Amino acid sequence: MAETTWRPASARGAGGATATTRAWRVWSSAAIVTAVVLAVLVVPPVVNLDEQAVHLADKLLPPSWEHPFGTDDVGRDLLVRCVYGLRVSLLVGIVAAVVATVVGTAVGALAAACGGWVDRIVMRLVDVFASVPHLLLGIFIVAMFRPGVWPVVISVGLTHWLSTARIVRAEVLSLRSRPYVDAAISGGASRWRVTVRHLLPGVLPQAGLAAVLMVPHAIWHESALSFLGLGLPTHQASLGTLVQGARSSLLAGDWWPTLFPGLFIIVPTLAIAGLAGAWRERINPRRRSELML
Amino acid sequence: MLELRSVTAGYDRRDPVVRDVHLTVAPGEAVGLLGPSGCGKSTLARVAALLHRPDRGQVVIDGEVARGWRHRAPRAQRTAFGVVFQQPRLSADPRLTLTQLIAEPLRATGRAAEVPGRVADLARTVGLGDDLLARRPHEVSDGQLQRACLARALVLDPRWLICDEMTAMLDASTTAALVAAVEGYRARTGAGLLAVGHDKVLLERWCDRTVHWDELSGDAAADRTT
Repeated sequence: MAETTWRPASARGAGGATATTRAWRVWSSAAIVTAVVLAVLVVPPVVNLDEQAVHLADKLLPPSWEHPFGTDDVGRDLLVRCVYGLRVSLLVGIVAAVVATVVGTAVGALAAACGGWVDRIVMRLVDVFASVPHLLLGIFIVAMFRPGVWPVVISVGLTHWLSTARIVRAEVLSLRSRPYVDAAISGGASRWRVTVRHLLPGVLPQAGLAAVLMVPHAIWHESALSFLGLGLPTHQASLGTLVQGARSSLLAGDWWPTLFPGLFIIVPTLAIAGLAGAWRERINPRRRSELML
Repeated sequence: MLELRSVTAGYDRRDPVVRDVHLTVAPGEAVGLLGPSGCGKSTLARVAALLHRPDRGQVVIDGEVARGWRHRAPRAQRTAFGVVFQQPRLSADPRLTLTQLIAEPLRATGRAAEVPGRVADLARTVGLGDDLLARRPHEVSDGQLQRACLARALVLDPRWLICDEMTAMLDASTTAALVAAVEGYRARTGAGLLAVGHDKVLLERWCDRTVHWDELSGDAAADRTT
């Protein structure tokens, strides 16, 4: 008799992935994120290398035991530059995601809690912001400041709160019609108290998830801005400036200055997104994990 | 005196669920409102408690016409009503412990100092043990949660109680305990009661007067006279 394997639909995840591959994905993501966090927190103080030290005699060395990622066009060790760059990019990504989430949560909660014309005006403004491409608006904002970390954080933060505002508004609107809000009103609670005590705590898991999902996106934006020469100053290692500095070498056939920073952009951000996707499936099992990057 | 004068209310102006309804509750009176599910009696209860703005008509509380609903109602007017809803699960914030749940109206009205005494008092009134008070809604049964919701409704000493299918989800002994707690409160304070439900036997034993949904609306009243 022919054996047919049958799996319940509940064992299938994104795109028909089984529970096993999903678990594997979560654990590998967790391992990568842990490694990244250890690398950026522990390595720089312990190794204590000068990532900006120039050794012109060692320029453009291919990967070797001494320089696992090779060296760049002024002889700086790329492994060290990548770790420092990841540190800067991760910091920018996290702070920008927090800024975006705080702004988005505040705007979304305000719109939903006030309702009426406040809601309509605020959400139309959100639509206007959303109709301009993120990157264009981001470029416009960084162009107003001198190059540095904070303009990039502000630029990425201020262009990415829109989706969070929409998510939070929808969530607050659904919570607002619960009987426990009626009970609170009847118990004398002010609008402010209802929002802070009952509505905001209810949307925090969603907002937190949005923040984590935002981190990879913010890192990509930082890289894009720096790659365009508008973000961080070129001597400061970030994943974007590293890829930008490597462009000319690539044309000369030196692949390592592009490959390794590129991998440092892609692998950690995918790992963070993988973890966030798993978290989302836990708190909201209906939505399958598409990478919301 | 709580009066609803030709109230029309609903969620779509073109198709209101409550049409031209008149209802009065005298001070200290217990009125039972009977009706099949989905007829609009919960909406009427929410209008009476100033939680839902009617499309037309007036709510008059002790001679004062209500001008605002929900947050727009003056706090003193809102807190004159203690409301108990049908589903305790939905009417309790899942993040608060039962103690916090009961105490919430006191904190919201700046009377946090009274919390320990009042909560202990009310927990005894509605029959909640101390061990339950530290739990969250998902750790107690529907009946226990509804007891806490009743305690919350009573905590500000309301002049009017609105019980919207308060006991529909509960067993007979919990129903008896909750009704006894409401009646004890009314005997002590002289509060009026509007109890909405579909259990004719219960409402007729509980209330001074029961009215059927069909007797309330202007249309039906007009039909009967012809």
